[in-house]
Amino acid sequence: MAEFFSMGGYALYVWPCYGIAALVIAGLVWQSLRDWHVQAALAAELEKAAGGRVRRPADAARQGEMK
Amino acid sequence: MRRAFLALAARDIRLAAGIGGGGGMAVFFFLTVVAIVPLGVGPDRPVLELLAPGMLWVGLLLASLLTLDRMFQADVEDGSFDLLSMGPLPLELVAVAKSLAHWVVTGLPLVVAAPVLGILLNLPPERMPLLVMAMLAGTPALSFIGAVGAALTVGIRRGGLLASLLVLPFYIPVLIFGVGAVEAAAGGFEGQAGMQAMLLLGAISLASFVIGPLGAAAALRANLR
Amino acid sequence: MSLTAAQRFHAYANPARFMALSDRLLTPLWAAALLTIAVGLWFALFNSPPDYQQGETVRIMYVHVPSAWLAMFGYSVMAFASAIALIFRHPLADVAAKSAAPIGAAFTFLALVTGSLWGKPMWGTWWEWDARMTSVLILLFLYLGYMALWAAIEDPVRAARAAAVLALAGAINIPVIRYSVVWWNTLHQPASVFRMDGPTIAPSMLLPLGLMAIGFTLLFLALHLVRMRAEIMRRRVRALRLARASSSEA
Repeated sequence: MAEFFSMGGYALYVWPCYGIAALVIAGLVWQSLRDWHVQAALAAELEKAAGGRVRRPADAARQGEMK
Repeated sequence: MRRAFLALAARDIRLAAGIGGGGGMAVFFFLTVVAIVPLGVGPDRPVLELLAPGMLWVGLLLASLLTLDRMFQADVEDGSFDLLSMGPLPLELVAVAKSLAHWVVTGLPLVVAAPVLGILLNLPPERMPLLVMAMLAGTPALSFIGAVGAALTVGIRRGGLLASLLVLPFYIPVLIFGVGAVEAAAGGFEGQAGMQAMLLLGAISLASFVIGPLGAAAALRANLR
Repeated sequence: MSLTAAQRFHAYANPARFMALSDRLLTPLWAAALLTIAVGLWFALFNSPPDYQQGETVRIMYVHVPSAWLAMFGYSVMAFASAIALIFRHPLADVAAKSAAPIGAAFTFLALVTGSLWGKPMWGTWWEWDARMTSVLILLFLYLGYMALWAAIEDPVRAARAAAVLALAGAINIPVIRYSVVWWNTLHQPASVFRMDGPTIAPSMLLPLGLMAIGFTLLFLALHLVRMRAEIMRRRVRALRLARASSSEA
């Protein structure tokens, strides 16, 4: 086991490599999912506040791109 | 249409010359950058000679970046751009005229100043003609590529800084071949490396002459609908 | 009545349809990515031999190469989506382009860091100005510039067009930059650097490498979909706020 962790003397390079990769990827996943949840919640809240007066959400979303 | 094109280019050159902003400031900035290099690395003459072509090119690149943001911004601010966009010239040609004017006002003075500044960096006189040739071949590309960056950042506050960030990676080939053309010929590299670099510089300038204004016009349309 | 190609094309551009489709795709995509990476990791760390020249450091390759692959893949996705956005005014395309950039930038960063961690024991230096590392560094600059331009322009329509022009200009320039860096490198470093193409890859290494590459690509796709969904929601929020502001004025 210790031999495995020592990585043939290269532990100082191999493990940070995997560690940093895991950190960056986990951060990216977390940030992306959180952004989605925040935006979805905001949209739901605004839609509820607007009641029935607002147009279909698809149109509202599309209005962001086209004009 | 040709008259409109020439009139626009001439106007830009006259404006820049009249205010004395663009070209003069860029040359002055070039001078300061070159002057602080020996202060940073020490006054050792062989070291300076080694660094001279690269430092001159880096200084030139930075100096021409510095003047980019005014290329379209000034006209957009005072409203004359609205007239231009409704005038007879397509935006692509407006971009060509403005890039050419930018080259005449900043690129050319910088090239003229470069050999003089080379003296400060102990650049051997026999390499100066080559340096000037390489810069003449390469600087048009800086103006034409720079036009895209200037057009992309029109209407953004602190657009100049952003334009520099966007444009600098695109300047890298010009820098590499520009330094290569001077170094390869004098530094004893065998073969055709120097000539090759010079030709590639010319090719980049010509290609950017076509692509730059197209990109700049597209960016202007995006930004100023 | 059958749809024309153009109509079908635009049918998929409909955000509502995209939201429904991506919602169904996401769970299997996450699962597949996780599973592939887990199996790939097991092979990469436990069940593959050390290289006869590079020893155990070869295990860095299983993270480094897939990251570098995604760095380029991400830019291709971005440039392709930008082209679609500019030419066809496809409503989803600029969402796709914008969402790909941060993912691509993150993997470009990873490729640089893991390359550096590989270079130190193999080349004896953290950073070597060789053609490959230099052009990946420039790729990172292009990503960051693209993201900075998006951040600097407030109106999403304007930002999308400008960013698309920048992404395409970058796509045209990447080969030129790449060539110039290789040229520069051969001029300055007469073949003294350690060559990466030394050992041919054994099948026992190809398996973990392939698995990790597939796993990372699936992960990219899942992340891309999530970010696109978040971006569509952001625009919906923006549109709803504008609607509320204008109705309260009236």
